[in-house]
Amino acid sequence: MLDVIGAASVEDLFAHLPDAARLHRPLELPPGLSEYEIVRYFQDRASQNSSGFASFLGAGAYAHFRPVLVDTVVSRGEFLTSYTPYQAEISQGTLTTIFEFQTMMCQLTGMDVANASMYDGSTAMAEAAMMAVRITGKGRVLVSRAVHPEYRQVLRTYSANQGMPLEEFGYGPEMGTLDLEDLDRKLDGLTGAVIVQSPNFFGIVERVREAAELAHERGALLILVFTEAVSLGILRPSVEADIVAGELQSFAIPPSYGGPYAGVIATHEKYIRQMPGRLVGQAVDSNGNRAFCLTLATREQHIRREKATSNICTNQALLALMAGVFMTVYGKHGLRELAEQNLAKSHYLAGKLRPRFCGKFFNEFAIQLEGKSPERVNRRLLRKKIIGGLPLGRFYPELADSVLLCATETSRRADMDTLAEVLA
Amino acid sequence: MRSRVRPNISFNEPLIFERSSPGKVAYQLPELDVPAADPLAALGPENTRSEIEDFPEVSEVEAIRHYTRLSTWNYAIEYGMYPLGSCTMKYNPRINELVARLDGLALTHPYRPEALAQGSMEIMARLQASLAEITGMDAVTLQPAAGAQGELTALLMIRALLASRGNPRRKVLIPDSAHGTNPASAAIAGYAVQNIKSNDAGMLDIAALEQSVTEDVAALMVTNPNTLGIFEENIVHAAEVLHARGALLYMDGANMNALMGIARPGDFGVDALHLNLHKTFSTPHGGGGPGAGPVAVKQSLEPFLPIPRLRSVGKKWAWDYERRHSIGRVRAFYGSFGVLVRALAYILAHGGPGLRKVTLDAVLNANYLRKKLEGVYELPYQSPTMHEVVFSDDRQARHGVRTGEIAKRLIDYGFHPYTVSFPLIVRGALMIEPTETETKHELDRYVEAMTQIAEEVENDPEIVKGAPHETRTSRVDEVAAARKPVLRWKPV
Repeated sequence: MLDVIGAASVEDLFAHLPDAARLHRPLELPPGLSEYEIVRYFQDRASQNSSGFASFLGAGAYAHFRPVLVDTVVSRGEFLTSYTPYQAEISQGTLTTIFEFQTMMCQLTGMDVANASMYDGSTAMAEAAMMAVRITGKGRVLVSRAVHPEYRQVLRTYSANQGMPLEEFGYGPEMGTLDLEDLDRKLDGLTGAVIVQSPNFFGIVERVREAAELAHERGALLILVFTEAVSLGILRPSVEADIVAGELQSFAIPPSYGGPYAGVIATHEKYIRQMPGRLVGQAVDSNGNRAFCLTLATREQHIRREKATSNICTNQALLALMAGVFMTVYGKHGLRELAEQNLAKSHYLAGKLRPRFCGKFFNEFAIQLEGKSPERVNRRLLRKKIIGGLPLGRFYPELADSVLLCATETSRRADMDTLAEVLA
Repeated sequence: MRSRVRPNISFNEPLIFERSSPGKVAYQLPELDVPAADPLAALGPENTRSEIEDFPEVSEVEAIRHYTRLSTWNYAIEYGMYPLGSCTMKYNPRINELVARLDGLALTHPYRPEALAQGSMEIMARLQASLAEITGMDAVTLQPAAGAQGELTALLMIRALLASRGNPRRKVLIPDSAHGTNPASAAIAGYAVQNIKSNDAGMLDIAALEQSVTEDVAALMVTNPNTLGIFEENIVHAAEVLHARGALLYMDGANMNALMGIARPGDFGVDALHLNLHKTFSTPHGGGGPGAGPVAVKQSLEPFLPIPRLRSVGKKWAWDYERRHSIGRVRAFYGSFGVLVRALAYILAHGGPGLRKVTLDAVLNANYLRKKLEGVYELPYQSPTMHEVVFSDDRQARHGVRTGEIAKRLIDYGFHPYTVSFPLIVRGALMIEPTETETKHELDRYVEAMTQIAEEVENDPEIVKGAPHETRTSRVDEVAAARKPVLRWKPV
């Protein structure tokens, strides 16, 4: 090969690099490892994490069983090692699964269109806020304090330089749902978006309809966020929302210490052209057969550059595929039954404890540990091989004595009984 | 024609909704070990949904056949070469998949107590240190979900640093050869974009740069090697020009594959860069994600990194949320951990010497293709080639055949198309990146295919224009699809 090129050595191919830019020593990284050694390294790290604990953590990442078919499908090299499907003729596999994914997201959310996925729920929410501001031409954004705190932090980062003043409104200390009066007070004619989450961060089904009415009265759009997608199997779709932005980790995406996950944005037909992210559309090939392709690319950065609807380039295709296989395996009946099992487990656990809020909840709820510190209680639980709930004081100073518990279909009765004994 | 592909059986497959019939299921759930809860009582009738209309109802075997058949309609690295310029479609080692799926890593909840997540945190710390060494930078955040988010993260940090010095400034300079994400990210960070023209060598025009760097300029965003596969030979000088006027140098690290062990951005004046772990560090593209876009910075930008930061406390790792100058969060939790595991596995497998060899082989392969093809396709820039080479379709356009059509014809020869019509500064660009994982045998097959197509363009242009011919799906009418978008299935 060097003869063809006309170089004496491979090093010669770098001779034109200015000396000042060159590295004149070897990289200080150890020599390469064999496959066996690499597996050992990661097995050791995995055991350093410790195993054998029952966990009651939720708060944006949920422990659901992952049907075996999911990894079987996503491990196929055709899905795993293919590129973004710009070349439609040899990407129909990915394009078809995304089209099915978009359809299933519409069926679940009651919206007309859904995109091919976003990085995660938190960035989907931030992008939805920017989308609402573009649609309404009004920059102010109001977000409920019962929205996932880390999602709100991401929104703050994104909105900081966009001329999008951000304000929060409260939640009712008894119900744990959004404070309509506070929202009413803060909603003004400059507000372009109102953001609520349901089930909200405390697991409680939110007052979406009332919030939407208020928002619409003042000419703002309502953005509905979800972090627990399994709830969609049982909760009424909030069609009064203008934009739905959610996280699909619950649909067979491993918790994996926080990522990669997949978000999604769904909306009404009239807002399609303001939507960020990739979209797959139906098409016809030159033989007249149905085919699919990426479409409406004129919204996107590789065409529009600084005038694009978003800087997002990738989607999370493989994770959207996981979610698609999950939805296919559970299907119409399974997703409902799965949601009902979650409901049964959380209500069994809650029945043994006193929930902090009295709003209706799905598979998460807060409890108050009167007089006991959450951290100390959690340490006691660890000795019984149980990871307790998330101490809420970290995000809500007023809830410093409370923890957020989650029970799913994977929670076992015996563990819930032990948990309840320690907490009670 | 030994290169051409031959047809194999290819199954027809309807959409999953069209396969459904009432009552079929593919799932099993255990018997409840607690009493059932009545949804109407627990949630209220007003909050409870009726059945999910038209949602799939298939059996398990139907589900697996559905997805398996669809999968065969895709091209993939595991089938053949993917010479997409700037996308670095190298082989994705399977061991990466195995280690990312270990239960002790994949099932770890992000809010686990830190004492029970030390293994995950150690992996992140080791990856941060490795990337800092490879890039010659001082600190790394692994939080950004993809390259474009890495760009945004870095620009927000640059903005915060400049603001702390009294003026965030107004503009970001971007060469006309840049990726489209660069200007889009700049806009979200609140900056106006000013384009900088490239010179005849396909490099930054340093005179134009000197004129453009005013008190208004926050940073230059440069890709190095750039999207023409050319190393920016004036990069050290460019950094000096920027720094002298209080501006910063940002590097799009999409092409880091060309530099490992050879040159480090931190040594040639870069203040911040993002890396695409799904390019240089071999994590699979997955049909368009997930990626990961870590950002590496110099000390001056360190205080502004997103929260939380890893911090060592004695022999343990902890998350530090109390950082006064941080730009905040760019996503929930800590980053695309599963992608980070794969990237670290790749770094461990190669080690320092192996990563350098990756770069040598990638550049060798690209130069080999350049030499073999420059007699056949027009080479608009003569500067030395690094990891990728960009031709133009000038010669073929004379016969009425354009780059997009040549690309489609490659499919009939068993290759994925190269990157078409990018960078924008080359009219009718063919952007080719072989990566280090292709063998000479495969490169020769590719050269043969490209050469034969060039002959076809002269002798039988129609066969090229109508390509691909061997695929189950022929040319798709994308224009009609965009005119009247159908974005979901509906029952007839």
